[in-house]
Amino acid sequence: MKKLTKVTSIVLATAMTVACLAGCGGNTSSADTFKIGGIGPITGGAAVYGQAVMNGAQIAVDEINAAGGINGHKIEYKFEDDEHDAEKSVNAYNSLMDWKMQILMGTVTSGPCIAVVDKTNADHVFQLTPSGTAPEAIAHDNAFRVCFSDPNQGTASAKYIGEHGLAKKVGIIYDSSDSYSSGITENFKNEAANQGIEVVSSEAFTADTKSDFSTHLQAAVDGGAELIFLPFYYSEASLVLTQAAQKDINVKFFGCDGLDGILALDGFDKSLAEGVMLLTPFSATSDDPQTKAFVDKYQEKYNEVPNQFAADAYDAIYIIKMAAEKANITPSMTNEEICNALMSAMTSIKYTGITGSDISWGADGEPNKAPIVVEIVNGEYSILK
Amino acid sequence: MSFLSNLINGLSLGSVYAIIALGYTMVYGIAKMLNFAHGDVIMVGAYVAFTIVSTLGLNPIIAVVTAIVICTGLGMLIERVAYKPLRNAGSPLAVLITAIGVSYLLQNIALLIFGANTKIFQSVISVPVIKLFDGQITISGETSVTIVCCIVIMIALTLFVNKSKAGQAMLAVSEDKGAAQLMGINVNGTIALTFAIGSALAAVAGVLLCSSYPSLNAYTGSMPGIKAFVAAVFGGIGSIPGALIGGILLGIIEILAKAYISSQLSDAIVFAVLIIVLLVRPTGLLGKKITEKV
Amino acid sequence: MSKFVDSIKSNKKLQSNLITFGMVIILYVICQSLAAAGILSNSMKGLLIQFCYYIIMAVSLNLTVGILGELSLGHAGFMCIGAYTYGIFAKVLSSGNLSRTAILLISLVLAAIIAAFFGFLIGIPVLRLKGDYLAIVTLAFGEIIKNVTGSLYIAKDSHGLHFSLNGTSDMVLDADNLVIIDGPKGITGLTSGVSFTLGTILVIITLIVVLNLINSRTGRAVMAIRDNRIAAEATGINVTKYKMLAFTISASLAGVAGVLYAGSLSTLTSTSKNFGYNMSIMILVYVVLGGIGSIRGSVIATVILVLLPEKLRFVNSYRMLIYAIVLIAMMILNWSPSARAWREKMINKIKSGKKVKEAK
Repeated sequence: MKKLTKVTSIVLATAMTVACLAGCGGNTSSADTFKIGGIGPITGGAAVYGQAVMNGAQIAVDEINAAGGINGHKIEYKFEDDEHDAEKSVNAYNSLMDWKMQILMGTVTSGPCIAVVDKTNADHVFQLTPSGTAPEAIAHDNAFRVCFSDPNQGTASAKYIGEHGLAKKVGIIYDSSDSYSSGITENFKNEAANQGIEVVSSEAFTADTKSDFSTHLQAAVDGGAELIFLPFYYSEASLVLTQAAQKDINVKFFGCDGLDGILALDGFDKSLAEGVMLLTPFSATSDDPQTKAFVDKYQEKYNEVPNQFAADAYDAIYIIKMAAEKANITPSMTNEEICNALMSAMTSIKYTGITGSDISWGADGEPNKAPIVVEIVNGEYSILK
Repeated sequence: MSFLSNLINGLSLGSVYAIIALGYTMVYGIAKMLNFAHGDVIMVGAYVAFTIVSTLGLNPIIAVVTAIVICTGLGMLIERVAYKPLRNAGSPLAVLITAIGVSYLLQNIALLIFGANTKIFQSVISVPVIKLFDGQITISGETSVTIVCCIVIMIALTLFVNKSKAGQAMLAVSEDKGAAQLMGINVNGTIALTFAIGSALAAVAGVLLCSSYPSLNAYTGSMPGIKAFVAAVFGGIGSIPGALIGGILLGIIEILAKAYISSQLSDAIVFAVLIIVLLVRPTGLLGKKITEKV
Repeated sequence: MSKFVDSIKSNKKLQSNLITFGMVIILYVICQSLAAAGILSNSMKGLLIQFCYYIIMAVSLNLTVGILGELSLGHAGFMCIGAYTYGIFAKVLSSGNLSRTAILLISLVLAAIIAAFFGFLIGIPVLRLKGDYLAIVTLAFGEIIKNVTGSLYIAKDSHGLHFSLNGTSDMVLDADNLVIIDGPKGITGLTSGVSFTLGTILVIITLIVVLNLINSRTGRAVMAIRDNRIAAEATGINVTKYKMLAFTISASLAGVAGVLYAGSLSTLTSTSKNFGYNMSIMILVYVVLGGIGSIRGSVIATVILVLLPEKLRFVNSYRMLIYAIVLIAMMILNWSPSARAWREKMINKIKSGKKVKEAK
């Protein structure tokens, strides 16, 4: 009896495996659409970033398709989940390659991006990451990015603070389990030394201990910090600001682009963010007509205010469109031909979108755009010079 | 002075761990299972309270009561559907794995309903801040309420378990299921009741957790859940006062480790302390010694 | 030859082991030939090596959970040690003239030894505890390993290796330094792609080690300890020695799996996703679903559960939700006494139906 169950289970398992192996081969590929894939976390702790990118890009794809597509060819768009894990990200990439993806818009987070960029380089697939900030995320020639890089942001923040005399003593709180946050922190510290800024405290938290910031704030206060630098994402930053308010800590706060989105948090008391300064390429409350149109569409479709990730993704699709039109590519070309054509087109275009104007790219894949510093005044961004 | 304020911060974090650990330890004492879904019931409780306070704009008291009712129902449902069929499965691991499945399920349902974006939980507590030493040390209203809640719940649970009939039945079931059944105790009913109480406590813990640390998403409960599990083991799992002591000690150790040793490695230090405690006292601080029978 | 066949027939255990090996080899042959014919999809090709290291993880954890009878929730920590052993070794030697295969093979041996060493060290305190207290301490060790590897910075220059917890800027380095572990960013710039053949060979070695251990005198001693420690002790079995032995071997094999993991990706980071308790529990799920103590069950369950989330990609954001439901359903169907009774009844029905047919 027992043996029979075992035999059936083996047979079933083998049958299932074979079915799966064979089942994956089939594919419908039409020669007149561009297949653009996206990868990012849409489940798990980092889901908010992946979902924003997925949705932001979807809006751009819908707009482009409604307007006739790229060079007259429609875009087919598919987004795969990677749970913010390198291994799953490579799985997602492989499954997109089975779908015959031609261009990759992704991945959303740095760690997985470093793993995937290796694969796209080997397969000659053009890759544009909307939000992978680590230098290694675009290590190869075929990869470009929309957002600022970690070194770029860390250095720019320290420069701004130093040149504008915002503070002489700075406390840092950062996420030591996140490469984005620790990357910026490291570059900030290096530049701070040049600017004559004294870093009085540098306290870390991790993904597992991101609820209590009392010790971090205490250390900064004990060191006499006039400004606390917050190079991480807005959901943790909202906790820092709340706890600082509870403890009556009155210092300036300065953040990076990860802080963008804090005003759109459900239930967040905006008065806590009053006076917070951040580096951001995108502002959802901007008067720019293109931004306004995007924010309205996003709100209508997904019922929330888009953050910078959504904006980066929206721009990423339009950047691909611009480069594709410049290079005059068609869907019938091979991935390698598309990749080579786009690579040379990228370095000669100048793109103006919702995350910056006149952005150009070097061959290393880094965007050339000026970081904008904004201050939160009366619950809205006001651009600082 | 900064040491004292770190100590207070530790107390505030520890009281949150303690309140979660109380629910954990209750369920463990009876069902002898590591209920990995407990942290996610906390998250559900917090979301229910959030919806009522922030979305519907109702009174916080209604929010807390509704959260308790819904979590109690959810806890009993989970027990009935996912755990009860496996109670006599022959291995305690089977139900452990199902609990993990339930945990994933609750997280992903919450993700689909409420979205991935973090919600900022409005504190349901309006107790004023206590200031000591000319305002050099502040104890937030949330901390004082959490600590008071912890102590009240601990006393109530201890009285309930030791004085009431249902509580005695719980003790009997945790001691020996078979013998309890022979004595005419409704074992299934008792276990269901334990889950109901444990989940009600989880709802309270969820509201208090998110009042102190107001960011709420689908994964809010999982790490505090694990930490509370550690706290429960620390104090001696199954022991009600042990959960309180374990929780508060854990919070204080975590904060002091962060403040004075290394903020990156605070978790490693907490776990290292746990290991040392268990080596000295293999059943936790207040745990009963297990005598082995041949 | 016929003698050999007879000896197989009479030896149930050998028979069952041969089925397990046969299964792995047949799967390997099928996959390789499909790949050679070019029918195998990219996503399957990517998964093949994952099957290998997850099978090694599950089989080695089964040694601790099923054979030794102790619940471990920190198995991924040993995988982490193996992975970082490879990462550091490969990075340090990347400028040398050793071939990649040589580096891989040396790291495999090194990882097995280092993971075994850590398994031994951790085993000393852990195995003194019992039941859930033991489980929580393994979880604690796993988290410590993850936490430390995730915040460590190591760099190399002409003065040797430098360590720091605060960042590379804290280290005094030569201009031509090489950052090996960059804190949370981990190790980047590894060459990715270990072959499926190497993976399969390692799976088979793992199976040989574990199955031989189970069927040996040592294995019987370990199982005697699991079933009744006091009785085993009374018959003169050195309980500590055998417990340590099983735990150390299990850790060592997990280290080997870690090398495969790191070798299949170009980057290595230590996050709660890949080396935290979540991963340890995932592996435990494979073991429990496949049957505690059943090595073949572990292999089958691993393949199914690694494949399942990938096959569920078409439902997009409902993927993990459905995965959770399937997991709960599988557990209840597989383990609940009433579901088991129902299953046996159905199988008996089919069987008796067949017999009736044969009689006609």
